[in-house]
Amino acid sequence: MNPVDLNPLGLTGYAYWLPVVGTGVVGLAVAMYVVLDGFDLGVGILFPFYPQEADRDQLMNSVAPFWDGNETWLVLGGTWLLVAFPLAYSIIAPALYVPLITMLLALVFRGVAFEFRWVAKPHHRKWDVAFAAGSTVAAFAQGTMVGGILNGFRVDGQQFAGGPLDWLTPFSLMCGFGLIVGYAVLGACWLVMKTAGPVEVRARQYARPLLLGLLAFIVLVSVWTPLQFKHIAARWFGDLHLLYLSPVPLLTAALAASCWRGLNPTGRHSTLAFYSAVGLFIISFVGLAISTLPYLAPPSINLWEAAASPSAQTFMLVGTTVLIPFVLGYTVFVYHTFRGKVRPGEGYH
Amino acid sequence: MESDALLLSRIQFGFTISAHIIFPAFSIGSSAFVATLLVLWKRTGRDHYHRLARFWTKIFAVSFAMGVVSGIPLSYELGTNWSRYSLATGNVVGPLIGYEVLTAFFLEATFLGIMLFGWSRVPSWLHVTSAVLVALGTMISGFWILAANSWMQTPAGHVMHNGIAIPVDWLRVIFNPSFPYRFTHMMTAAYLTTSVVVLAGGARYLLEGKFEEEARTMLRMGVGMVAILGPAQLFFGDQHGLNTLEYQPAKVAAMEGHWENNGPAALVLFGIPDQDRELNHAEIAIPRLGGLILKHDLNGRYAGLKDFPKADRPPVFPVFFAFRIMVGIGVLLITLGLIGAFLWSRRKLFTTRWYLQAATYSWPVGFIAILAGWVTTESGRQPYVAYGIVRTADALSPVGVATVASSLIAFLLVYTVVFSIGIYYIRRLVLGGPKPAVIAHEPVHQGLPNRPLSLGTQPTERTAGHAPEGGSAPTEART
Repeated sequence: MNPVDLNPLGLTGYAYWLPVVGTGVVGLAVAMYVVLDGFDLGVGILFPFYPQEADRDQLMNSVAPFWDGNETWLVLGGTWLLVAFPLAYSIIAPALYVPLITMLLALVFRGVAFEFRWVAKPHHRKWDVAFAAGSTVAAFAQGTMVGGILNGFRVDGQQFAGGPLDWLTPFSLMCGFGLIVGYAVLGACWLVMKTAGPVEVRARQYARPLLLGLLAFIVLVSVWTPLQFKHIAARWFGDLHLLYLSPVPLLTAALAASCWRGLNPTGRHSTLAFYSAVGLFIISFVGLAISTLPYLAPPSINLWEAAASPSAQTFMLVGTTVLIPFVLGYTVFVYHTFRGKVRPGEGYH
Repeated sequence: MESDALLLSRIQFGFTISAHIIFPAFSIGSSAFVATLLVLWKRTGRDHYHRLARFWTKIFAVSFAMGVVSGIPLSYELGTNWSRYSLATGNVVGPLIGYEVLTAFFLEATFLGIMLFGWSRVPSWLHVTSAVLVALGTMISGFWILAANSWMQTPAGHVMHNGIAIPVDWLRVIFNPSFPYRFTHMMTAAYLTTSVVVLAGGARYLLEGKFEEEARTMLRMGVGMVAILGPAQLFFGDQHGLNTLEYQPAKVAAMEGHWENNGPAALVLFGIPDQDRELNHAEIAIPRLGGLILKHDLNGRYAGLKDFPKADRPPVFPVFFAFRIMVGIGVLLITLGLIGAFLWSRRKLFTTRWYLQAATYSWPVGFIAILAGWVTTESGRQPYVAYGIVRTADALSPVGVATVASSLIAFLLVYTVVFSIGIYYIRRLVLGGPKPAVIAHEPVHQGLPNRPLSLGTQPTERTAGHAPEGGSAPTEART
């Protein structure tokens, strides 16, 4: 990587490292969000493929105790971006206005469906639709935002200077569809791990073609990205970078293979597929980070320029360092409490 | 064009935040109610507390879900619509919201899962603890978000650098001058509003002759809370007003419809404020009473709207009327609580039909008062978004009018449909009342208590032994 890229402002010490740590926290929050809310959005995306009411009850029960906690990572990611990088936040949010608002409204529909569906029974069909459509649209919108960030933003001074549909390109649409498929894989693998009976059997059937679809999208993104973005191509193929970055595709292939193995119809493995799919998401996320950092609002605003005042970052970092272990601790606790498979006809309501 | 986008963005934020605040206010109150019921049940072992707790947990869950999904858009709207506000104040406001997420949102979300779905999965002491932690989480959430809002009203602990507020003293940022008053006033409002709903629900059951044991408990707890919190809120509100007079005098002048500072201040009871002609039409005022209330002195004077440049005055009409609506409802609720307490002391609370009838209609008024109060304080802060730091007109994102118009229409449609249905569901749940038969069968029917892991993991702690019948499952089976 070009040394200028790694320290464009010539900063030293605290001023240099604080925003780097902040980027790490934002990255952690976004990665946690994508993986955790990814599987429960994925369960929503798969809803239409389970037409039976009892199956749908089981699907929903498998994620009901977790979804709120999962979605909180989205708020943490957005808030940390505001805290640590107000400039990046104030450029990215208006630039992605349309997909952001679309995602938020979609999350409204799917979020309330968790409670409304039970209260409305037996007239709950509309909340089935709201849950499935909300999950799918939210996933699509998030994918287009990833594409939009890779596309970069037109910036004038400290403000976004582009139009409301700048994010809308064939590439970003492809990312949107790709993320729907990706979340569906996570959701299907979650169901393999967390449900029993016919729901699990069908999840295994759905998951393998979905996994192939996801791999097709990964290949497509990997070919399209360097063709579309010269600076990313330079990052990937310049000097010895190809050698340094070669673990990324190799790990992707290995994780895909183990995910495939975990979906064996004999039901030998129940957790392997899910953890492999999580691994696939993490490695894709790392690939994305390698391609865009240190730019937070590409192509011009890097993380040091975007950084907040040291007092704001320090205050936030102290709290995060102290509190994140607690948050992770009781996240583990709630997953442990609701461990094991949800069986047909069994629920918490 | 920018002024149109500004107006639409203001309408959008006002609409989305108004729709939001209803649910957290109710969640703060109902989570505390559920936690109280569960603690009472653990201490007394009386079944009807448990039935009530289960029943109110369902109501709380629906409200909480709506609070969550209507809250997330707000944190992103700060960027989508108010990016220049975010840039100017993000260093201060951002960490406050960040601490809310870390200390409150995760706590609530995690233990909510156990509170809603852990009835027979975890030992009862842990379930009760989870309910208490959720209630605590809603309070902590209120703490941080009201600190952020109060800082926007009465900023402190920062320095301005190139138009950007840089925090220098976090304690002064958090405990800024209006924060203790606003926090007390709003939390009391949340508990008071929920207590009125509890009171109204209990009154309705009694009138219909249903769920008598639960209804009496709801009525007693509701009346007790309203009789204490109503008068307390009058005092807190007065203190808050005095604090506002000190730090945001233009807001108080607008609340009071007070234009001229030319002698002992009168109290305007009614009038129609006219921003352009700088006077009130059809004014009814009591001489010297304004000075007495705000300065505790019959000759008291305070700044009138004309003491501020026109460009620095808040819109008087909405502030003036919203304030009157809030105070009017406050007086009504004090009356409701005190009459109830009087009837209770005469042992006539459960039999005085006219009182019960009046009480059943009172359930929404607390929410209206909360909305009116927020309109008062937020409109009263205008023309600033962060008082004295950023004007609302300078806070807008570079977004086009068509974009904002589209999102505003989408928000209006979605929120109106989804939240109307949600409020309808809550109403239906409340009217349906606690259903003992369903509760008794539910866990057995779904087979959860029989699952080995739910009982096998039950620790043999001292507190678990204190549970009536050793846990929740046998108690339910008995009801």
